[in-house]
Amino acid sequence: MPFIPHTDTDVEQMLGAIGASSVEALFDEIPAALRCGRLDRVPERMTEMEITRLMHERADADGRPLNFIGAGAYEHHVPAAVWEIVTRGEFYSAYTPYQAEASQGTLQVIYEFQTMMCGLTGLDVSNASLYDGATALAEALLMAVRANRKSKSHRILMPRSVSPVYRQVVHAICAAQQLKLVELDYDPATGATPEAALAEHAGSDIAAVVIPHPNFFGCFEAVDSMTDWAHANGALAVAVVNPIALALTRAPGEWGEQGVDICCGEGQPLGSPLSSGGPYFGFMTCKQALVRQLPGRIVGRTLDMDGKPGFALTLQAREQHIRRGKATSNICTNQGLLVTAATIHMSILGPVGLQQVARASMANTRKLVAALTELPGIEPVFTGAGFHEAVLRFDQPVRPLVDALGERGVIGGYALEGVYPELTNCLLVCATETKTDADIDTYVQTLAALMRPASAA
Amino acid sequence: MTESLIFEHSRPGRSASAQYPAGDFDVDLPAGLERTSELGLPEVSELQAVRHFTRLSQLNFSIDTHFYPLGSCTMKYNPRACNRLAMLPEFLSRHPLAPVSASQGFLACMYDLQEILKDVTGMKGVSLTPMAGAQGEFAGVAMIRAYHDARGDTGRTEILVPDAAHGTNPATATMCGYVAREIPTDDNGDVDVEALKAALGPQTAGIMLTNPSTLGVFERRISEISKLVHEAGGLLYYDGANLNAILGKVRPGDMGFDVIHMNLHKTFSTPHGGGGPGSGAVGVSERLLPYMPIPVVGKANDDSFRWLDEDDLPQSIGRLSGFMGNAGVLLRAYVYARMLGRDGMHRVAEFAALNANYLMARLEQAGFDLAFPGRRASHEFIVTLKRQHKSVGVTATDVAKRLLDHGFHAPTVYFPLLVPECLLIEPTETESKEALDAFVDAMIAIAKEAEDDIEHLRGAPYTMPVRRLDDVRAARQLDVRYQPDDQAA
Repeated sequence: MPFIPHTDTDVEQMLGAIGASSVEALFDEIPAALRCGRLDRVPERMTEMEITRLMHERADADGRPLNFIGAGAYEHHVPAAVWEIVTRGEFYSAYTPYQAEASQGTLQVIYEFQTMMCGLTGLDVSNASLYDGATALAEALLMAVRANRKSKSHRILMPRSVSPVYRQVVHAICAAQQLKLVELDYDPATGATPEAALAEHAGSDIAAVVIPHPNFFGCFEAVDSMTDWAHANGALAVAVVNPIALALTRAPGEWGEQGVDICCGEGQPLGSPLSSGGPYFGFMTCKQALVRQLPGRIVGRTLDMDGKPGFALTLQAREQHIRRGKATSNICTNQGLLVTAATIHMSILGPVGLQQVARASMANTRKLVAALTELPGIEPVFTGAGFHEAVLRFDQPVRPLVDALGERGVIGGYALEGVYPELTNCLLVCATETKTDADIDTYVQTLAALMRPASAA
Repeated sequence: MTESLIFEHSRPGRSASAQYPAGDFDVDLPAGLERTSELGLPEVSELQAVRHFTRLSQLNFSIDTHFYPLGSCTMKYNPRACNRLAMLPEFLSRHPLAPVSASQGFLACMYDLQEILKDVTGMKGVSLTPMAGAQGEFAGVAMIRAYHDARGDTGRTEILVPDAAHGTNPATATMCGYVAREIPTDDNGDVDVEALKAALGPQTAGIMLTNPSTLGVFERRISEISKLVHEAGGLLYYDGANLNAILGKVRPGDMGFDVIHMNLHKTFSTPHGGGGPGSGAVGVSERLLPYMPIPVVGKANDDSFRWLDEDDLPQSIGRLSGFMGNAGVLLRAYVYARMLGRDGMHRVAEFAALNANYLMARLEQAGFDLAFPGRRASHEFIVTLKRQHKSVGVTATDVAKRLLDHGFHAPTVYFPLLVPECLLIEPTETESKEALDAFVDAMIAIAKEAEDDIEHLRGAPYTMPVRRLDDVRAARQLDVRYQPDDQAA
């Protein structure tokens, strides 16, 4: 019996101790009419050898294409040591550190993670993570509305340059709690949110302003003036950032006069493989004054009864298992394994490694854009400075090209027209540090062979 | 045994230079945007990092090292093959937005998993996107809300929740814009049906139930409860926290539930990972099919797999994650489900129940009091130390901490909230009789110690890296990040 250690003798002795005639008798409190029969649609079991073959076949079917796509999930090199350690049973098969004395490893990892995220974002407090970047933004906005007691409107200024999926997730999670998302358009020339888009709302009751860094198009926003505008208008400034970009750019805690109030984002670029979109982790940091509104687990350093330092979950009075219906969120888990991966990843790369990854990714994306725009019929769309993604407009439909590239082992980018109707024939492309000049050349050559000549367009 | 912080190993100028690209890269940041402060990351060698985190791992209890009878958490063996096969390089490097033509292998696994989960739960549709139990709960209650709203039935403001429920249930109701109303439990651990009747009305949107309940017993009047709630126009939500107890024995769909979430990190053995990632797939009855969170994996006319999105499910409650939830966790659950197979599903509940009832019988024979004597244990049961607390002053915490010294992770303590000095014990089906017997021996030794030397017991644990921690100090003198200046003080 897979994963069940019982011998016939064990079963007999155990039933004897219970005083039950059979294992079936243990289910005699379930009304007979409700009992189910055979599970016909569940296949017969496979041995490990058989499932290994099946999974290899399925993995082989998908292959290992060259990824020139980001759009919220980025392929970075992850040191081998990271997942070797993460998948040690002591991390992999432990649970939430409720018994602190038997969980000091997990707790110290989280404390170190919190320290690193505070350092990267320039803020005072970090939680132990949330599900992913999109849900972290949703939780950040719920937090902003709770924390901004001066605002009664629940209105959030949300640039359209924030990931469309993030905006959808925020809507799905926050709508029932009366959050109102007010969209800010982007400047079609620069790709960033213009001051005029904010100015339109001056003087009205706004709970928070979202500042993406970089934005979904890869462009940098005017983070200082947006932060200052938020504060001048009684709103909290909420940054949603790519942590790799922070290796080179000013920390959100230092934006504008006062810094942002809350910073959140997708932690995937810090050691999580692409893995079809998850598991990743969301991170969230904030100013000290807001700590009691922060959702999710927080680890603190304290002393044991001998006066020796140790770690424990703290401020649990915010959480669902204590406050129930009045909790800051219903969140129970964090993304422990991914946080462990991120903490090891950041430790191994260190400040220099993270900066080099950021620089190499920026430089590769510049090379990719230069090479692609040499092909006739491809032009950059935005003039603004960006990080490691860029939007290109084609003189022909991009979806058939993306599909055809996919069949040739190149994931060419993300077609934007489905989520930005005005960006017809536009592709969001990305080249991280993992791409070589030869990879870029492969992309360009494969694409060139697929594109219709301009005269036929 | 403790380990200094990674920051204390840091020396300026040290780095693991095999791990990042070398060279001068020409980057063009806008003026004034350049980083001005330190990143705050440690500067260590690869070996220092490996040694540090390996040592930290050794400070943990885990399933792989210790019996972990944590009630309500289903800490069963996580087969290694699940991890190995979910981490095949092709799966790890698959971008979530890769075209479906380059994703058929992955999508086939997801489609198969949806079908298996439909069958074991008796539901009509499954969406795999929720990323944890609490998000599955959110999805479920949001679907209940969407259903009522679509019918113009907007006067329903309350979600009923038994007083023994997980804290996530009322917190979820609040997140979905409902008021949570508690229903009491009767002396046998069942929902008080008279109180339920009194609470039901035109304001009832639905009820959230865990069955078997968090009290470790099967809700025997579930069919009656289902009928009453439906007659009042409400829907039934099944919290799948305890699905392990009934897998292949009784299905939530057959009990009358309209929507359920499954904790795949419990019943389908994906890792708990020190507190995540979880995975909270949801299953729905016919009437909630249009509202499932997207994306879902469907089949195209040519039998290839494709994503079902906004166009296919325009009434969906929407997207709950950046892509499609914890995909890598779902692959692990899929491998596990295929290795169990049809007959393995039934055996999960059978041997989980056998282990729980055996452990319960042995502890009762050893003189421990059960919260619900005379009831069958589901896959877990509750011991209450109320009597011993009165006589010798021992607490559930004392026993929990002392168990650590005996090499056992503690059971869940002080949950459910309504049983005083309680230990919620869930052995799971993957533990051997020897492990259970050793646990009973430890419990007997601790009970004796409570009578002989309560002061010594109160000092436990003695063999862990640290002794009992000062939680009050942790909350009052908040220290949630390392600041080197602290050390100088």
